[in-house]
Amino acid sequence: MAILTALLSGLIFGLGLMVSGMSNPAKVLGFLDIAGSWDPSLAFVMVGAIVVASLAFFIARRRKRSLLGLPVQLPTSTAITPRLILGSAAFGIGWGLAGFCPGPALVALGAGYPKAIGFVAAMVAGMAVFELVERAKAGMQRA
Amino acid sequence: MLIDVAHFTPGLSLTGGLIIGVAAAVFVLSNGRIAGISGIVGGLLSLPRNDIGWRLAFVAGLAGAPVIAALLGKPAQVDIEANWSIVLVAGFLVGLGTRYASGCTSGHGVCGLSRGSLRSLVATLTFMAAGFLTVFVQRHLIGG
Repeated sequence: MAILTALLSGLIFGLGLMVSGMSNPAKVLGFLDIAGSWDPSLAFVMVGAIVVASLAFFIARRRKRSLLGLPVQLPTSTAITPRLILGSAAFGIGWGLAGFCPGPALVALGAGYPKAIGFVAAMVAGMAVFELVERAKAGMQRA
Repeated sequence: MLIDVAHFTPGLSLTGGLIIGVAAAVFVLSNGRIAGISGIVGGLLSLPRNDIGWRLAFVAGLAGAPVIAALLGKPAQVDIEANWSIVLVAGFLVGLGTRYASGCTSGHGVCGLSRGSLRSLVATLTFMAAGFLTVFVQRHLIGG
């Protein structure tokens, strides 16, 4: 059941990205180009998403278990670290270069665009580098 | 500041946003988790390798959305201006950066801000600023 609801959530999420225009890199770059001919549409995506999701998190925060009986696992970290800032900055540069963030890239991959497939492959490589570096660090701490 | 009226789609973008909100709501209320896409994908690579099933299912849903939309006669509009080398560098930065930041547009932007997290607000302002700056440099300093 948890697999089915995950599939459904991903599907709804993907359709939302398509309807909103987020899954089109040209639209994203038009939003990020404040100094040019600015298309502010994507600010409305955030407004719509937050209106609905904040209600859901308001409910979820008060529960130990989800409707399927799974533990509610919300992030607990509140630390604002150099890692958070530098990571977000690197992400933002990548986002501004190609107009893709992770969700829209996976939607475009599903639509069969070769460059989206290339983007996702490079993204997974970046995530793998993070894993290897973190594992090496953890290994050194143990030794 | 010039507004690009020809491409301005506040109604569709707001509607799409509401749909994204519904997806995040369904996921947290049924699976008890944040619909953060970089975390869901990144978790496929981390050890111990658990919950592979729902992670793959979520990704399959995302990638399946344009397939279903195309069957309904609404193919995804995807215009990629960047050349191949930019695409690959950008993908790598997005993968590495979102893992160090523990989140992307969905995890920090949508879910984090909906939870009222200051940490997510800082992350969101940082990646948006970096995005604005990158496009400015690329379109108006280098490309201009």
